[in-house]
Amino acid sequence: MSTQDATAAPPAAGSENYLNCSHGFRSWFFTLDHKRIGVMYLASILSFFLLGGILALLIRTELLTPTRTLMSADDYNKVFTLHGAIMIFLFIIPGIPAALGNFVLPLMLGAKDVALPRLNLASYHLYLVGALIAVLSIVQGGVDAGWTFYAPYSTTTNTAVVTLTFGVFVLGFSSVFTGLNFIVTMHKMRPAGMGWFDMPLMLWALYATSIIQVLATPILGITMVLLIVERVMGIGIFDPALGGDPVLYQHFFWFYSHPAVYIMILPAMGIISEVVSVFSRKHIFGYRAIAYSSIAIAAFSFLVWGHHMFTSGQSELMNMIFSALTFSVSIPSAVKMFNWLSTMYKGSIRFDTPMIYALSFMFLFGIGGLTGLFLGSLATDVHLHDTYFVVAHFHYVMFGGTVIAFLAGLHYWWPKMFGRMYDEKWGRISAIVISVGFNITFFTQFVMGSQGMPRRYYAYVDKFEPYHVISSFGSYLMAAGFFMTAWYLVKSLYRGRPAPVNPWGGGSMEWQAASPPVVHNFTDEPVGGDPYDYANQAYDPALGGYVLRKTEVSDR
Amino acid sequence: MILSGLLNTLSVRGAGVPFLATGDGTFWLPVRATEAAGTVDNLFYFIFWISLFFFTLLMALLAIFAVRYRRRREGEEPEPSPSHNLAVEVVWTAIPVLLVAAIFWFGFQAYVDMSTPPLDSYQIQVTGQKWKWTFTYPNGYVDELLHVPADRPVQLVMTSQDVIHSLSIPAFRIKRDLVPGRYSKAWFTAVRPGDYDIYCAEYCGTQHSSMLSTVKVLPPEEFDAWLLAHSDILSGLTPVEGGERVYNVLGCKQCHSLDGAAGVGPTFRDLFGSERPLKGGGRVLVDENYVSSSVLDPQSQIVQGFEPVMPTFKGRIKDQEITALIAFLKSLSGHAPRDEAPAAAGAGTP
Amino acid sequence: MSTPHEGRDEHADPHLQHHFGSMAQQYDSGKFGMWLFLVTEVLLFGGLFCAYAVYRANHPEIFAYAHQFLDKTLGGLNTLVLIVSSLTMAMAVRCAQLGQQRRLKQMLAATLLCACVFLGVKGVEYEHKWKHGLLWGTRYVPQGETAAPAAAETTVETTVAAAVPADGGTTLPHAATGPEGLADRQQADHDGATHGGHGPMGPAPRNVHLFFGIYFVMTGLHGIHVLAGMVAIVWLLRRSAAGEFGPEYFAPVDFVGLYWHLVDLIWIFLFPLLYLIH
Repeated sequence: MSTQDATAAPPAAGSENYLNCSHGFRSWFFTLDHKRIGVMYLASILSFFLLGGILALLIRTELLTPTRTLMSADDYNKVFTLHGAIMIFLFIIPGIPAALGNFVLPLMLGAKDVALPRLNLASYHLYLVGALIAVLSIVQGGVDAGWTFYAPYSTTTNTAVVTLTFGVFVLGFSSVFTGLNFIVTMHKMRPAGMGWFDMPLMLWALYATSIIQVLATPILGITMVLLIVERVMGIGIFDPALGGDPVLYQHFFWFYSHPAVYIMILPAMGIISEVVSVFSRKHIFGYRAIAYSSIAIAAFSFLVWGHHMFTSGQSELMNMIFSALTFSVSIPSAVKMFNWLSTMYKGSIRFDTPMIYALSFMFLFGIGGLTGLFLGSLATDVHLHDTYFVVAHFHYVMFGGTVIAFLAGLHYWWPKMFGRMYDEKWGRISAIVISVGFNITFFTQFVMGSQGMPRRYYAYVDKFEPYHVISSFGSYLMAAGFFMTAWYLVKSLYRGRPAPVNPWGGGSMEWQAASPPVVHNFTDEPVGGDPYDYANQAYDPALGGYVLRKTEVSDR
Repeated sequence: MILSGLLNTLSVRGAGVPFLATGDGTFWLPVRATEAAGTVDNLFYFIFWISLFFFTLLMALLAIFAVRYRRRREGEEPEPSPSHNLAVEVVWTAIPVLLVAAIFWFGFQAYVDMSTPPLDSYQIQVTGQKWKWTFTYPNGYVDELLHVPADRPVQLVMTSQDVIHSLSIPAFRIKRDLVPGRYSKAWFTAVRPGDYDIYCAEYCGTQHSSMLSTVKVLPPEEFDAWLLAHSDILSGLTPVEGGERVYNVLGCKQCHSLDGAAGVGPTFRDLFGSERPLKGGGRVLVDENYVSSSVLDPQSQIVQGFEPVMPTFKGRIKDQEITALIAFLKSLSGHAPRDEAPAAAGAGTP
Repeated sequence: MSTPHEGRDEHADPHLQHHFGSMAQQYDSGKFGMWLFLVTEVLLFGGLFCAYAVYRANHPEIFAYAHQFLDKTLGGLNTLVLIVSSLTMAMAVRCAQLGQQRRLKQMLAATLLCACVFLGVKGVEYEHKWKHGLLWGTRYVPQGETAAPAAAETTVETTVAAAVPADGGTTLPHAATGPEGLADRQQADHDGATHGGHGPMGPAPRNVHLFFGIYFVMTGLHGIHVLAGMVAIVWLLRRSAAGEFGPEYFAPVDFVGLYWHLVDLIWIFLFPLLYLIH
C-alpha cells in the first residue's frame, strides 16, 4: 500500500532524481546513466536539427527566384549537401533510438540500465566526435557532393569530402554500438515475467531498428573507407578511368542507406503504436500483427536497395526483382496503419499534443507511403526519379513520418524526462502549424516533381516558380511552428507544472517510475503485465494523472 | 538469351491501350510528346486513383473515429471491444497485396516496352560532360541541341566524359544515367512536333542546373532537310579552314597536338612531308596517301613510339573532309610546299 | 550520487556492475554483445569480399595474372603464425578460467609475439611490393627484378596512362565515342599489351592495378585489426599482471579471444583468395 502511494505521488520538491543527483560537467559527460546519455543525445540532435533546419531555410529562400537569390551555385550545392548529411546522419538516424530510445528502453523493461552502459557512453562520445568531424568540413569550405556522395563526382570534386565521409564513418560506429546495446539489453535484461510478446511495441520497433543498425551500418563503414581510400590514394575501385565501376559505389551505398530509412521510420512507428493506444485508452489492436510487421520491414529492407538505381543501367531483370521486392515492403506498413485506425475504433480519444502529432503522422505518412507506389513502379519511376517528386516523397516519410513521430514521442515522454508539463494549448497550436506548414512546403513539390522539376537544381525553368514560392512560404510557416515548440518546451523546464507520475495513463512500466525517475529508475520493483491494459488505472483529478486502482493494489 | 526470352513472353505489347493519347499536360503531368508517355500517364493515374481512394477512406475513418469516440470527460472509460481479429488482419493484408501486385505488373510491362527499342531505330550518340550535352548524328554531324524526326523510333547511345549525368526529357517520360566508361541506351518515338526541355537529372557539380538542352521534334521530311543542310561542315570555308573544322569536330585534337608536343598520337606540326620510322621496321613518307590510309585504316602503318590506339573513321568521314584535313596539315608543316595543293582540295566549297 | 553497489549482497563480486542481477547475466550480456560486434566485423569485411567478387567475376584475367607477384611462402608462413596465435589465445582463455596466472601471462605474451611476427612478415611483403612499384591505381608502375618479365609492359601502361588524363576524363575523340570506337581502342590496347611482352608471368592484362588496390585495402584493413587486437592483448597482459582474472571473472580474456579468432579467420579467407588463385 505505502509503496504504491509513493510511486503515485508527484515528486516532492527537491526530491532526488537522476537530474539533480549530481552536478557539474563531468557528472554528465562521463555518466553511465542511460537517462543522462539519452538527454545528452537529445540536446545534441536538437542542436543539429536546428543547424540542418537553418540550412533548409537557406535552400528554400534561394529557390524563391529562378536564378540567384542570395548565394552562388557552389554555395547552394554545399548547403543542400550539408542539409542532407546533417539531417540524416546527425539528426534522424540517432534521433529516436539514441535519444528517446536510450531514455525509455530500460524503463519500459523495468531495468536499471541498458546492458552495456560503458558502450552506451562510448556510443555518445563517438557520436560527438563524428559530428564534430562532420561539422569541421564546413570550416574547410564545405562539401558539394550531395549526401549520397556518388562516385566519380565525390572522388573528383575539390571539396572536403574526406572529412565529411570520415565523420560519417565514425558516426556509423556510434550507431552500431547503440543498436548492439539495445539488442543485448532486450535479450538479457527483460524481467522474469516478460516474454517477447509482453513487450511494449516501442521495444519491438527498437529491436527491429537495432537489427538493421547492426547488420547494415558496417557496409556504410566499408563504403566510406573505400571512398576515402579512393580519394586519398586513388586505388581506382570506383574510377572508370582506372577500370573501376562507379555503379558499384551506388550498390554499396544503398545497401546501407535503404535499410537506413527503416532505421529512421521503424522507431517512429513504435512511438505511434504507444501513443495511439494510450490516448485512445484502448488496447492496441493487432499486437502481434504490428510486432511481426516491424520484423518483416527490417527483413525486407535489406532486399530493396536496387530501387534507387532503376535508371542507372542495371539489367531489366534486376529492376524487375527490385521493383517487386519494393512493393512487398509496403504491405507491413499498410498493416500497421490499419491496426492503428482500428485501435481508435470505439476508444475514448483524448487530443493532447502527442495524439495530435500521431494523427498528423497517420495523415502525412499515408501520403508518403502511397506516393512510394509511384516510385516503386518501374515505368512511373523512370519519369519521377531524381525529381522533386522523390524529394517530396522522402520528406513526407522522413519528416512527416519520423520527425512528427519524434515530436509525438518527445511530448509524450517529456513529463517523464524532465518532471514538468509543457503548455498544452501551445503544444496543440504548434503541432497544427507545423503540419499545415509541412503540407504547404512539400505537397507542391509533388506537383512540380511530376511536372519534371529535377532535384538539386540551383536555377530552374521559369514555369516552376509559383510552386517554389508556395513551397518556400510553407517552410517559413513550419519554422515558426518549430520556434514556438522550442519556446514552450524550454519554458516548461522552468515554469512547467510538476508532472504526475502518469499524466497520460500509459500502461508500460516507465509510467511507474517517478517523474523524473530516480538514478536507478525504480524505487520499487515495477508491476509487470499487459502494457496495453488500462483497466487497472483510474484518473485522479487532484494529481492530474492516472494512478493504479486501489483494488488492484490490495490484491497484490 | 533466357532473359530476353522471358521479357518477350512477359511483355504483351499494346495490352494497355492508352486512353490518354498524346496531348497537353495535366495538373500533375507535363505535355505528352511520345507514345510511351501516354502509357506512363495511364499508369500514373491508375496508381493515383487507387491511392486517392484508399487515402480518402482511411482519413474519413480517422476523422469519424476522432469525432465519434472523443473523450467527453476525463476518467471516461471506453466500452470493451476486441483487440485482435485474425480474419480482419488477413483481409487487410491480402487486398493491398493484390493491388500492389497489379501496380507492379503494369509498371513492369510498360517499362519493358520502354527499354526495348525496335531494331530499325535511328541512332544518335549522346555525350554528357560538365556541363553540356553533345549529340552526334550518324553522319558525324555534332550539335548541342537534339533534333529528332517525328514518328520514327530514335535510340540514344549515351556515355559520359567525366562524372555521372542523367538525360531526362519529361515530355517523353524518359530518363537514363550516363555513366563514364559505359554505354547506356534510351529510345522513344516522338509523335508531337515541338520543342521540349532536356535536363540533367543526376547531380554533377556547379552548373548541374544549367546543363540543359532542347529536343526539337521535327516532321520527318523537315528533319531530313535539316540534317542535310547542317551536315556539310565544310560549307563556305577554304580548304584549310575546313580542315581545321574537321580537326576540331571529329576529335583529332584529343590526341594530335598542333604545337609539336607528342600526345597519344604524333603532333600535326611539321608532320606532312616528313619521313617517319615505322614500328616493326621501314620508313614512310607522310603524304596524301599515308594521311588518308591513317584516317581510314589507322592500324596498318604505326609510327615508331606510338601505340595502335586510334579508332577508324571509315564511314564517318567524307572524302572531301579528308582532302580538307590534308590541306590543313600542309598549312602546319614546313616540309610541305604550300602552293602545290592538289586540285581536289578545292572541292571544299559546295 | 548513490554508489553503484547500494543495496546489494556485500559478498558480490567486485566486478559485478550495478544493473545486473548476477555475474552470469553480466557475462552472458557481454558475450552476446561481443558476438554481435563480430557480426558487424564480418559484414565490414563482407563489403570488401563483395568488391573482390565483383571485380574477379568481371576481370578474372587480372587476378590470374597479378596474384603471381604475391609470395606464397611468406603468405603461408603468416597463415601458420596466425593459426598458432589462435591456439595460444585459446589456451590463454583456458588458463584464465583455471586461474593459472603464470601460464595466462605466458600464453598472452606468445600470442602477442605471433602478432608481431605476422606484422613483420607483412611489412617485408609490403616493402617488396613498394620497391617494385606493384601498387594501387595510378601508382602501379611495375619495375625491378620481380617484375622484370613484365618490364616490357611498362611502356604500354604508361602510354595508356598518358592517354587517360588525371582529371578522370577520357581522351576518346567525341566523334569516335561510339560503341565501335571504344571496342577498337580496347582491342588495340589488348593487342599492344600482347605485343608488349610475353614473360614467364604471361602477358599483362589491362588494369592490373585493380588487384593490388584490392590487395592493399583488404590486407591493410586486416592489419589494422591485428594492431587493434595487439593493443587489446597488451591491456589484458597488464590486467593479468595485476592478477585480476580467475575462474570467477575471465570475461575480458574470453572476449578478446573471440575477436582474435575472427581476425585469424578473416586471414584464413584472405590467404587463398589473394595468394592461391588458379
